[in-house]
Amino acid sequence: MATITDAVESKPKRQVIERAVVRFCGDSGDGMQISGSQFTNTVALYGNDLATFPDFPAEIRAPAGTLPGVSGFQVQFSSSDVYTPGDAVDVLVAMNPAALKMNIKDLKKNGILIVNSDSFGENDLRKAHQATNPLEDHSLDAYRVFPVQLERLTQTALEELGLDAKSMNRCKNFFALGMCYWLYNRSMDHTYRWLDDKFKNKPLLAEANKRAMKAGYSYCEATEAFQVSYEIPPAKLAPGVYRNLSGNQALAMGFVVAAQKAGLQLFLGSYPITPASDILHELSGYKNFGVLTFQAEDEIAAITSAIGAAYSGALAMTTTSGPGMALKTEAMGLAVAVELPIVVCDIQRGGPSTGLPTKTEQADLLQAMFGRNSEAPIPILAPSTPGDCFWIALEASRIALKYMVPVIVLSDGYLANGAEPWRIPNLAEIPQIPVHFVTDPQGFLPYKRDPQTLARPWAIPGTPGLEHRIGGLEKQDVTGNVNYEPLNHEKMVRLRAAKVEAIGQDVPDVVPAGDPDGDLLIIGWGSTYGSITAALKAQRAAGHRIGHVHLRYLNPLPRNLGQVMERYSKVLVPEMNMGQLSMILRAKYLVDAEGYNKIQGQPFKQAELEAKIEEVLSYGAVGTGRNGR
Amino acid sequence: MSATVPVLTKKDFQTDQEVRWCPGCGDYAILSAVQSVFPELGIPREKFVVVSGIGCSSRFPYYMNTFGFHTIHGRAPAVATGIKVAHPELEVWVATGDGDSLSIGGNHTIHMLRRNVGIKVLMFNNRIYGLTKGQYSPTSEFGKKTKSTPFGSGARPFNPLALAIGAETTFVARSVDVMQQHLKETLKKAAAHKGAAYIEILQNCNIFNDGAWQYLTEKDARSEHIVQLEHGKPLIFGKNRDKGIRMNGLDLEVVQLGSGVSEHDLLIHDEQYRNPAYAFLLAKMEEMPGFPTPIGVLRSWNDVPRYEDIMANQVKDVVAKRGAGDIDKLLRSGDTWEVR
Repeated sequence: MATITDAVESKPKRQVIERAVVRFCGDSGDGMQISGSQFTNTVALYGNDLATFPDFPAEIRAPAGTLPGVSGFQVQFSSSDVYTPGDAVDVLVAMNPAALKMNIKDLKKNGILIVNSDSFGENDLRKAHQATNPLEDHSLDAYRVFPVQLERLTQTALEELGLDAKSMNRCKNFFALGMCYWLYNRSMDHTYRWLDDKFKNKPLLAEANKRAMKAGYSYCEATEAFQVSYEIPPAKLAPGVYRNLSGNQALAMGFVVAAQKAGLQLFLGSYPITPASDILHELSGYKNFGVLTFQAEDEIAAITSAIGAAYSGALAMTTTSGPGMALKTEAMGLAVAVELPIVVCDIQRGGPSTGLPTKTEQADLLQAMFGRNSEAPIPILAPSTPGDCFWIALEASRIALKYMVPVIVLSDGYLANGAEPWRIPNLAEIPQIPVHFVTDPQGFLPYKRDPQTLARPWAIPGTPGLEHRIGGLEKQDVTGNVNYEPLNHEKMVRLRAAKVEAIGQDVPDVVPAGDPDGDLLIIGWGSTYGSITAALKAQRAAGHRIGHVHLRYLNPLPRNLGQVMERYSKVLVPEMNMGQLSMILRAKYLVDAEGYNKIQGQPFKQAELEAKIEEVLSYGAVGTGRNGR
Repeated sequence: MSATVPVLTKKDFQTDQEVRWCPGCGDYAILSAVQSVFPELGIPREKFVVVSGIGCSSRFPYYMNTFGFHTIHGRAPAVATGIKVAHPELEVWVATGDGDSLSIGGNHTIHMLRRNVGIKVLMFNNRIYGLTKGQYSPTSEFGKKTKSTPFGSGARPFNPLALAIGAETTFVARSVDVMQQHLKETLKKAAAHKGAAYIEILQNCNIFNDGAWQYLTEKDARSEHIVQLEHGKPLIFGKNRDKGIRMNGLDLEVVQLGSGVSEHDLLIHDEQYRNPAYAFLLAKMEEMPGFPTPIGVLRSWNDVPRYEDIMANQVKDVVAKRGAGDIDKLLRSGDTWEVR
């Protein structure tokens, strides 16, 4: 074996490239999420733009080595803009045959495959339902395969530390990480620091992981396994200070900022549910910001406690995912009736029922729109990127407080766990959120409305002279007293609808990305933003006239949306559902919006969207768009 | 305490809303007792919040001139928890019934109680669903014939106080709609309790379950069928106060006073007794043949911290330890890099 010194002298050539996609995959217990996020943070600190896609099973630890237990983490990083984690993978790290089997289809032809050859024994192959050994049966001939004895090499690197075999084996993900750092010429310093911090109280483990990583790095250098290493220069991002941020972190921080800007205490009522729980975890750690987090006994108590907190003057919120959203419906109706400001965050996942807890979907839109008894309209906002979750949290809070309404935020598993570089805003740039608690008993009536917003006054308990009763029974206009009169009921139903419509005055007009008019308008919402943006760019470069509107406000819709649609011959609505936004658009605008629907628990690939765009444009213009151009 | 607390009267707690319970309903008596007790507590009216769920009893807030919130079926304890945690200085009372509290709201009830949130729950127990017109409730007797159980209910009833004791409730009491003085005294004791209080109020529904508690509330029968619990006093009952209850091994037994049995042999009530078996024995006593139904305070533990205080203190402690949150620092936490 060559020594390290020898290797440095004959260092392989370094090639500058624009972008790369790396995926780590292995067993749920192999530490793939850690390797992936360490790699991500390192390339982020270096200045690359990036997008990530952690994809893991619902089972915490399915039996080792089996297909259901495979966990993956993918990152695309680049010297130019990154909109998606990438369709296909340049470098695949596979820790066992099951991971290889599940992921190999996404590796580009001639892509680099690093496999842990120590886990390709008969037993490992059987667990992955592999009849033959892919390392020997020529099924991988289309790729550049690097079988590495990750377990044995890691053990050798750690033998002086006196760790048991199991602990040593758990460091092999860092060996693989070290190899990737070498491959992309990245410093290990960030991960060294992270390990020191993570294992402050277990310095031996910090040392073990460092040695494993260093060994992986040196292995590449010493063995000259790779003919070439890659260099991806920093991206030209807008000036500012950046950090990496996931959607759930962004939501949590957004609400803390919103509470501060409103001068209110933040109250979260929540019940653990994937993939929303991280918001509860994050906010529970922010006690020094005065945040009250209440882990309730169930989803219903989570939202009703938030309603109680809102009633007594807090910025109140609840977080959940689809099944929990279903349980909260009656309470959302109560919030509509009593006109109290709460924010309901639904981090959507695949359904129905328990469905695909860790996979993404956008199929709760119609539930958010209509999933309550009777006429109970609620404004709906949807973030389009992980970083946008921060701004949506602020906007949802602002609308709730200004209009005295419950507001639904529809995020999803892909945004929740995905991360991107995020420019840290200057706090002073973020406007205050005005809040007014009524205190004057003179002329106070619980349902006397502000003429512009139709909001009722917020009269919190403890205010002398404002004692009053509210509840879920129909109320008389203005007084709020219980009232069953037919005309009063119709008036109140219409008022509650008008109040949500009034929010439209705050919704900015949409300005399409790409062409301002043309052959096709793509309308998206939520986490499909990245894929649509990437596809739009490529298709416009190919000469098509296409625009893209990404809706952050789903209820009420932007007031100019109808006019914008008329400027294009066709309207295409890609969604990770069976066509929910397209149904709304067709119903509201009588437009022949065509759906493109993927319901696989996986985000759209850029190539899929491009193929669909080409297909739609090839139909010809007859009888498609509203103006039939 | 501020000296500016105005002198309040019962009238200050009455609203202009027409009370819409059936004539003769036991709820009127409970409303009257609460409206009499609140002004005596020395608490400004605006600090009171009355929260309810759904059911006849849950119309209660509309008739109380305080802050009031008529929420949805079963959820009052959860709404009240949100109010109390966000504003521990408020005086939060829940009005609920046997169906609201023990069926649809059973989960919220036990969790609010075990957390010891400083909320007082008035559970109007008429052993029937009144507002939906007469179905059996979780406290209806086994075999009870109702509209929904024409051949008799096959479900064993909950013993509400045993349930509350099982949930580690720090204040557990029982009173009766028609025993105004006792009810008022019990409400005052509940008001003085810091933590969670669960008060079962035996209440008659003269439309769908008339005579629900007649066997023990009839003037003549009362003294024979009710034993009034008083802290530090022996358990004595009977028209001539000649019967008592004493321990026999791990069981209770009814004994005749005189003929060699004196008050000194009887069980002396201790509402602070820590062994949960004690309050549980009291709660289950009425289910045994020949035993009276206990009313009054079964348990009062005043040294258990309240949930809302624990929450508030945690915030204070973390602020003391880490300093008040700096949002700018929060946004810049973790690894950051600058693009010029």
